[in-house]
Amino acid sequence: MSAEIVIPYNDTDRPDTGLYNAKLGVWLFLASEVMLFGALFSTYILLRVGADKWEHGAEILNVPLATLNTMVLIASSVTMVLSWAALKAKNFPRYRLCMGLTFLAGIGFLIIKSLEYKAKFDHGLSPATSTFMAIYFMMTGLHALHVIGGMIVNGYLLGPGAKMWHTEPRRFTNRIEVAGLYWHFVDLVWIFLFPTLYLLPGKGM
Amino acid sequence: MSADHHPEAIKKQVGLYWKIFWALTVGTVLTVAVSFFHHWGVYVAVIVALIIAVAKGTLVAGYFMHLFHEVKWIHGTLLLTGFFFVVLMALVLWTTSDQAGRRTGVFDVPQRHVEPHKTEAH
Repeated sequence: MSAEIVIPYNDTDRPDTGLYNAKLGVWLFLASEVMLFGALFSTYILLRVGADKWEHGAEILNVPLATLNTMVLIASSVTMVLSWAALKAKNFPRYRLCMGLTFLAGIGFLIIKSLEYKAKFDHGLSPATSTFMAIYFMMTGLHALHVIGGMIVNGYLLGPGAKMWHTEPRRFTNRIEVAGLYWHFVDLVWIFLFPTLYLLPGKGM
Repeated sequence: MSADHHPEAIKKQVGLYWKIFWALTVGTVLTVAVSFFHHWGVYVAVIVALIIAVAKGTLVAGYFMHLFHEVKWIHGTLLLTGFFFVVLMALVLWTTSDQAGRRTGVFDVPQRHVEPHKTEAH
């Protein structure tokens, strides 16, 4: 005799919290991510205030490329939330289109970022070059790793994971919502990284 | 079909998402544009950049992440996170203001800088 164990509140909200499991889990994870990036931002402040000289990001980094990347990430956030809205409207082909565009935007972001990195290395600029370059590579590199992580999840939900739509549509829609929460958070981090690293004026140079 | 699953409600929501996209685009252009006002000085530049970034972040979190319509558990979790984030930043600012100008303690960190001839946009 076999008994199937069913985990409750995968597709319905708990009556006490008003949340399904994955949503509470992802928000707790995002809270830890806020502290991770918060620690790096505080490191940036500490190093910058303590430095005699600090580079002006715009003079050493590529602002037009970074602006383009900002727009790519914002556009991907829109397509991500549209993919969730498409599932709410029970429009699966539209979901695939929007999620596909989100995935492509992720690839676009990483290509642009790698072009930026290549140009820096070609000009002899590496994390060892200066304190500013070290924190630039650290923060943008960690952010890029987060983009890659999000793309792995999105790629799964676009490909093999999408089968769930035909068996458990509500649970699948929830999965897209929590994947979206993570993706929007990655966008949110970039919104603060962009002016901090690329645009703020330097000092003593 | 609940009210928020109604086709008209979803269509309205999608329209809102596009409006947010255009607002974020304007915010991005504004962020880059104000960075050209060099005579503002560092403090004003930081404050202006932070105001625009916070406004853009509020739009993303509030609408794309549906934070404006979330339950108290999420708001409570984020309030607690916000508290610890403020403590983290306050500790750093406290330390820096306490030891500013000294070449000891937390500022006794070897600093290196890019030579001027390399400071061209690549």
